[in-house]
Amino acid sequence: MMRLELVKRPQRSALFSMLSPFIAFALTIIAGAIMFALLGVNPLTAFRIYFIEPVSQVWQLHELAIKAAPLILIAVGLSVCYKANIWNIGAEGQFIFGAIFGSIIPVLFPQFEGPLVLPLMLLLGMVGGAAYAAIPALLKTRFNTNEILTSLMLVYVAQLFLDWLVRGPWRDPQGHGFPQTIQFGDAATLPQLMPDAGRANWGFVFALLAAVLIWILMGRMLKGFEVRVLGSSPRAGRFAGFGLSRMVFFAFLLSGALAGLAGISEVSGAIGQLQPVISPGYGFTAIIVAFLGRLNPLGIIAAGLVLALTYLGGEAVQSALGISDKVARVFQGMLLFFVLGCDTLIHYRIRLIGLALTKPDGAAKLEAAPKLKEAR
Amino acid sequence: MSANHDGANLLEVRGLTKIFGTLTACDHIDLNIAKGEIHALLGENGAGKSTLVKMLFGSLEPNSGEIFWNGQAVRITSPGAAKKLGIGMVFQHFSLFEALTAAENIALSLDDGSPISSIAAKARALSYSYGLPLDPESLVGDLSVGERQRIEIIRCLLQTPQLIILDEPTSVLTPQEADKLFETLERLRSEGKSILYISHRLEEVKRICDRATVLRHGKVVGHCNPREETAASLARMMVGNEVQAVVRAPVEGIETAQPLLEIRSLSRKPATPFSIPLKTISLNVRAGEVIGIAGVAGNGQGEFFESVSGEVLQQDAASVRIRGKDAGGLTITGRRLLGAAFVPEERLGHGAAPRMKLSENLLLSRHATDGRAFVGAGGMVKSGAVYAASQRIIEAMDVRKSAPDPEAAALSGGNLQKFIVGRELDRRPSVMVVNQPTWGVDAGAAAHIRQALIELSRSGSAVLVISQDLDELFEISDAIAVMHNGELSKPMPIAEATFEKVGLLMGGAEPGHAEHTLETA
Repeated sequence: MMRLELVKRPQRSALFSMLSPFIAFALTIIAGAIMFALLGVNPLTAFRIYFIEPVSQVWQLHELAIKAAPLILIAVGLSVCYKANIWNIGAEGQFIFGAIFGSIIPVLFPQFEGPLVLPLMLLLGMVGGAAYAAIPALLKTRFNTNEILTSLMLVYVAQLFLDWLVRGPWRDPQGHGFPQTIQFGDAATLPQLMPDAGRANWGFVFALLAAVLIWILMGRMLKGFEVRVLGSSPRAGRFAGFGLSRMVFFAFLLSGALAGLAGISEVSGAIGQLQPVISPGYGFTAIIVAFLGRLNPLGIIAAGLVLALTYLGGEAVQSALGISDKVARVFQGMLLFFVLGCDTLIHYRIRLIGLALTKPDGAAKLEAAPKLKEAR
Repeated sequence: MSANHDGANLLEVRGLTKIFGTLTACDHIDLNIAKGEIHALLGENGAGKSTLVKMLFGSLEPNSGEIFWNGQAVRITSPGAAKKLGIGMVFQHFSLFEALTAAENIALSLDDGSPISSIAAKARALSYSYGLPLDPESLVGDLSVGERQRIEIIRCLLQTPQLIILDEPTSVLTPQEADKLFETLERLRSEGKSILYISHRLEEVKRICDRATVLRHGKVVGHCNPREETAASLARMMVGNEVQAVVRAPVEGIETAQPLLEIRSLSRKPATPFSIPLKTISLNVRAGEVIGIAGVAGNGQGEFFESVSGEVLQQDAASVRIRGKDAGGLTITGRRLLGAAFVPEERLGHGAAPRMKLSENLLLSRHATDGRAFVGAGGMVKSGAVYAASQRIIEAMDVRKSAPDPEAAALSGGNLQKFIVGRELDRRPSVMVVNQPTWGVDAGAAAHIRQALIELSRSGSAVLVISQDLDELFEISDAIAVMHNGELSKPMPIAEATFEKVGLLMGGAEPGHAEHTLETA
């Protein structure tokens, strides 16, 4: 006969709002230790292999940057959506469509070479991601559909479309039947930043640049103000003369374009061709990155690096300890769970209802007292 | 059993203190409420009334001080604990679901799993015995504000409280509805229940309250018997000095002045099942005059405001004209650029974004009209200029706050209203449309806002005020029109208007027959 109830706190603590991601990270570590112990691995060893060894050498830091770049690019776009109270869950699909659009030039016109190729590919990638994001935006503004469902379902459409492309019309004729496109030429490959030190490419620079630009947009510009007003109080936003439909398009197109840029950067930088699967779930992991970074673009840079590490750590424990690399997903899930949990507890406190019935507190006793007097 | 408890204090508060950051909202408050009395709590906005009441109702925890209930020290940790003790509260802003019936709304708050039918029966019995007739089966969305308040009161009474806290209960009622409420309160008093009555309407307090506690700047400045005081002396205690009476100089030659706001046969279909259609409304507001629109809440004033402000566009562009230009097809931004300014009824969430700073809330309504001053190249906000302008408004309107640039939600209602009105006045708009300018605002602040509106009109602007407060409209308007069921009567020049005439129109008498009905009545 007990029931949990969340009671809104009259004041939220500014200190704990700031500490929340760190507390969540600490809790994830504790829960992770328990998980490793249950798997029969010494947690300390596992943590060394998971969190420290993958970043102990310079080339490994480059790998970290490769993994972090798409996460940051996508997450800063998503942060704008979420600040506007618009729930784009389909960044994974926009990432894929960015990759497909951007690949049109190297796959269909491989003979076209020169310095224009790469900028055009990146531009097409952004157009592709934005166009794909425009679908849920259109459905929401025209038919009032729920963008969470439509954007999510379009992810699977994009994945299957890519799969069909690389097995069908875009398959490399000289590829021995493997489901993949031709290798991109040099002109269509995103250059590495420091080829002598590691593989990291310009995608990471794009990510940092996007984070800083979005940070300026949200904190300093009228457009960012519009996003925040419409997200926090839509009626006040309407009073301000800001249009909600325009905002839905703005947020979806912006986040779609950034996800598309991440997609084409990944394909032209890290992979070098289209394959049936080009993302280990970056579009979904970026949702965690956005929240872990408090929807703040600078926070998202840090959060993106942390989540990138969970991918590398997952690969590391698989090769060193023989544990499934699904461990990475578990860590990501726990991190999101604890972040959301901490945030909830900053705004609400938990109350057990039902205790009062069995154990009357002072108040109940007092209420009974006057009745007793009357009875006498 | 020690002493006879008759006449003893039901509630005693000793040294209750609440501190928010650097602001001491309540500073060692002492308060006694005897059994069977109606006790008034008076104070300006920001005086600490709401904070005190929230501590009594368990939604805020005091920093120090003690609360005694029937002589025993208690800690009230939650509204649930307050209800268990026997404290009930009727809030100024109702929390009712429009799509549910009255009985269903009551059942939701009782939380004891008893069937709706028995709750409805109890509510019906209670409502008739207290002279608050209410049909528990009716949908809340169909009810008037006065009827909705009855649900809140019945809901509170069903929990058989010893102490009932009422927060500004008459601010939404017609004079007739308020009289009904007073009868109920007197009936409750005669049954030995105690009432803590929060109001800024001093005449009311004089009429029904036995004792009063006056707060100023978080401190108790006095206890008194309101019947022995005058409205002026009570106001002086609250404000600390004389409240300036509003001065309205007569205007001359208004007939020849140019209409700055013209509304021509404005109609609107109901947007939701619970909203009122507007029926061919026509009205001119000339330069230099204040026109008041009276009416019981929920007769289309909100819909009318949305249509005039441009939050809802009109099919017929000529149905709203601002400074001689068709504005029916323009958005609120377009209408502002023509020189109009708007103050909506709801402060938090409509006129202001609650979680944003005052300076950001200044930008809310003025980002376009003051684009050059506030927004620089490439859409960058000039936060320094915005901040300076917001400080100028804060000073001009005497907005009291606990931080240099606090969030809107951190201000008391009246202080936020002063800021929102000041935000528009600061632009010197040529057309100003205000819905409920002083709802829940204390006497000092209300006088300030009203005087500012009159001065704006006398400087050559057209001012349209929608209000449920008849005293206010008679104080500031040059002519009064009445809205009833989506229709607007012809404006009555203030010299010809009386409470009776306006009251009849508010009740739905045919505009043309108003005089006639009066004579026969």
